[in-house]
Amino acid sequence: MHVLVCIKQVPADPSAVKVDRKTNTLIREGIPVVVNPFDLFAIEEALRLRERMSSSGQKGRVSVITMGPPQARSALEEAIAMGADDAVLLSDRAFAGADTLATAYTLSRGIRRIEDSTGAKVDIVICGRQSTDGDTAQVGPELAEMLGIPHLVRVRKVESLTRESIRVERIADGGYDVIESCLPVLLTVEKGINQPRVPSLRGLMRARKAGIPVWGAQELGVEAQQVGLAGSPTRVIRVFSPERQRRAEMLTGSPEAVARLLVDRLMTAM
Amino acid sequence: MGDVWIFAEVSEGRPLDVVYELLGGGRPLADDLGGKLAAILPWGADQAGEASTKEAVVRDLIASGADLVYVVQSRELVLRQEEPHAQAIYELANQYRPDVLLFGATTFGLSLAPRVAAKLGTGLIANCTTLSIDKGSGLLLMTRPAFEENIMATMTCPDRRPQMATVRPRAMKRLTPDPGRLGEVLTVVCDLPSPGARVVEVVKEDQDQAVDITDAKIIVAGGRGIGCKENLEMLEELAHLLGGAVAVSRPVVDAGWAPESRQVGQSGKIVSPKLYIACGISGAVQHTAGMSSSDIIVAINKDPGAPIFDIATYGIVGDVCQIVPALIRELKGRR
Amino acid sequence: MDYSLTEEQRMIKDLASRIARERILPEAARLDEAEEFPWEIMRVLGESDLFGVWIPEEYGGLGGGVFEQCLVMEELSRACAGVATSYAASALGAFPILLFGTEEQKQKYLPDIASGKRLAAFALTEPDAGSDAGNIRTTAVRDGDSYILNGTKQWITNGGEAEVYTVFATVDRDKGVRGITAFIVEKGTPGFEFGKKEKKLGIRSSSTRELAFRDCRIPRENLLDREGKGFIVAMRTLDRTRPGVAAQAVGIAQAALDLAAAYAMERVQFGKPVGEFQAIEHMIADMATQIEAARALTYSVARMIDAGARDFSKESAMAKVFASDVAMKVTVDAVQIFGGYGYMRDYPVEKLMRDAKVTQIYEGTNQIQRSIIGPQVLREAARRKAGQAKGITNS
Repeated sequence: MHVLVCIKQVPADPSAVKVDRKTNTLIREGIPVVVNPFDLFAIEEALRLRERMSSSGQKGRVSVITMGPPQARSALEEAIAMGADDAVLLSDRAFAGADTLATAYTLSRGIRRIEDSTGAKVDIVICGRQSTDGDTAQVGPELAEMLGIPHLVRVRKVESLTRESIRVERIADGGYDVIESCLPVLLTVEKGINQPRVPSLRGLMRARKAGIPVWGAQELGVEAQQVGLAGSPTRVIRVFSPERQRRAEMLTGSPEAVARLLVDRLMTAM
Repeated sequence: MGDVWIFAEVSEGRPLDVVYELLGGGRPLADDLGGKLAAILPWGADQAGEASTKEAVVRDLIASGADLVYVVQSRELVLRQEEPHAQAIYELANQYRPDVLLFGATTFGLSLAPRVAAKLGTGLIANCTTLSIDKGSGLLLMTRPAFEENIMATMTCPDRRPQMATVRPRAMKRLTPDPGRLGEVLTVVCDLPSPGARVVEVVKEDQDQAVDITDAKIIVAGGRGIGCKENLEMLEELAHLLGGAVAVSRPVVDAGWAPESRQVGQSGKIVSPKLYIACGISGAVQHTAGMSSSDIIVAINKDPGAPIFDIATYGIVGDVCQIVPALIRELKGRR
Repeated sequence: MDYSLTEEQRMIKDLASRIARERILPEAARLDEAEEFPWEIMRVLGESDLFGVWIPEEYGGLGGGVFEQCLVMEELSRACAGVATSYAASALGAFPILLFGTEEQKQKYLPDIASGKRLAAFALTEPDAGSDAGNIRTTAVRDGDSYILNGTKQWITNGGEAEVYTVFATVDRDKGVRGITAFIVEKGTPGFEFGKKEKKLGIRSSSTRELAFRDCRIPRENLLDREGKGFIVAMRTLDRTRPGVAAQAVGIAQAALDLAAAYAMERVQFGKPVGEFQAIEHMIADMATQIEAARALTYSVARMIDAGARDFSKESAMAKVFASDVAMKVTVDAVQIFGGYGYMRDYPVEKLMRDAKVTQIYEGTNQIQRSIIGPQVLREAARRKAGQAKGITNS
């Protein structure tokens, strides 16, 4: 059984990202990056599914894929260090500036190419619930649609897994759904579904030496206008600071004094 | 001539609150575009027996601003199953070509909308808080807080249709229902393929159900600045004295100090209580996006430069651990 | 300061630092308060391969040495010295097997210790044999293909938690230190029992217990090296592990400095951060300088050992005595800089001060270390003098 995890490299502190007001693009240079924290749960869950398979006598394989600049290799290395079998980096100048649809499209082509090379379908695709920088949670469902497979978002527990189907709990507003799907399927996993493992030293050494193929537009057989900014239907037209019309009345003094002042104000106002 | 469509998510035979908010927010868009405001109402097997319920819902949607209700009937449109819902909306949109298609940013809406967008090959903007039509281009301007910082971003989808967005609950105001409004109803019976993923059980499980922060009139909110989980008890006491509820910012949830159901902000709930006391919350847009429309905002923070003071009505520079106990004593003293 | 780490060493340091930050630091205060053994963290350390950094690859380790172990100790100690102690005690218990064990013993025990599957412990100290390690009263009596152990060990780190113990007993009290013999004893052996867990000033998440042997029969193949070689086994082991205690002290001191420096910039009195007062500034300067000196000495000694030096008792003792004294001084100063807050248990510096103290005491008190260093320096001086005298007559 082949499990594939889609991950993203994000700024360690998303609030440190600044926007270039001229080009409306993110300035990412010089900002420390990490594997999107949500994706660590996705990697861990894939490794656990592999363990589950091997305990029932099936062979499992965990692959990891990301789209990003060449430096995103370090995110894939981390996944290999945690225990993933192999990884692919989708990287090309043409991929830059992609919105969620263009990202999902590029990932879907990467997955197709992996499937072509193995001659078999990927059985389970796992994504983190969302990225900490984009915060949209859209790429997973869009990717599932492009792959023509069902998707289950916000999975908090995998109840059972067979060769043909999977049964999970997914968070819903006001509770959770127990849901059963045929394979292949795409899952986005909730933080807290597991505790991601720390990489091992042997894993880190293996990752450092791992051959990670880099596929660009040519390898994926995509036209430049289908990917990146050119392939993105949406545009950022303006970034701005929210209005700040109110000015606070500052209350000063000892804790007791400001408490008294505040309660006075609130009694009058409410 | 652009129509504006909104997806009417139904739970237990009733549209969610956000559906009425979408109608309220979609109404001016349709007017600006000179098109109709339509609601897509999926009606599955589980509700099919109750024709009177369906009729009441349709009337309600029209009273709340819809010009047209597409009732999409299929036994596959039960529960929260994305595939048949996406297929039905895709077929309908392909046939009638709306200009704008909006979903509530509920768990299901956030899962369904991208599936629909990918089917239609169009763009989708998540978690919008403001929507308007650009007078010059006629494009939908979709605004959302971005990058967890004090930045708002306005996006468009210039070339592909429909222009799609998910909209935060509580971000838009519902209209006062007008029972006299007239509207059309178009029933579409769909033959949808059975989905690969099926809901087999729905479990209600809101541990924190007793406290719905979106309903609270008074909210005492804690951020990273409260220091530790134990200090939430102090906020609980203050909230109890005021007859309000405790909410938190995202870092507090991330630290595991409070459940996500208590989170206010871009990735949490949007609230607009009469009084919002922000304790140790710096005021990043991530958070203020969820509470800036509160009537009175009190900010207590150690850092006099914290942006929360920019939107606060009253500000106190100081340690939450000293100010809050003083407030508790003061309130108790006045009883 | 740049210590020219290899890529592998940097990787070890980074991983240890990450585990310290992400897994240990958030738990440190709770574990200290509850005096709870950090099993979950031990599991993580095991899965990350860090227990095996100093164990040769043929026994399941990563093939590093004392220096690599010091890098791990320093990083873990920055987050919690109690956790670091539990980690180090396993190495202390296993080093005798690596240094003196037979091939069978190494194959049997080291891979599980390298993977963290089993913890080890080192049982030398007794109620009447502390610094005077030769005064051991636990006896081992040969009986056919077995030895029968009787006696009590005191203050054994990882006692009760570890699976594998290196136990020192005497086969003949009349022979003094030449009667001391080392054995490998597994937890669960009939007649091997544990006393209550001790309550300690610091390193409270580590486990310290009494071990009791009552007619405990162990197979002869668990004898380490030969009868009567136990004292050598113990001393050679401690020579190699003392840099680890030094690294622990450096880590504790560094944590104290980091906290104190950050606090000094944050705490405002008389209208400016207290760090801008020269009194505090100079304290910070001294703390930083002493820590760097301790680190440099520790690393040098560890590298000297790994390079294959034959005799390093003096240097090893120097690193331990210097670094632990620095840790004590620096942590006391850090509490001072924090003032009243430093004395409160809600703030982390008082824990560092409590934890630092043990580094001056265990694995040979600092007095014993000086008794190793002093005589050797004098012996070297005497030898030089004799050499010079000889040189003169020869010329």
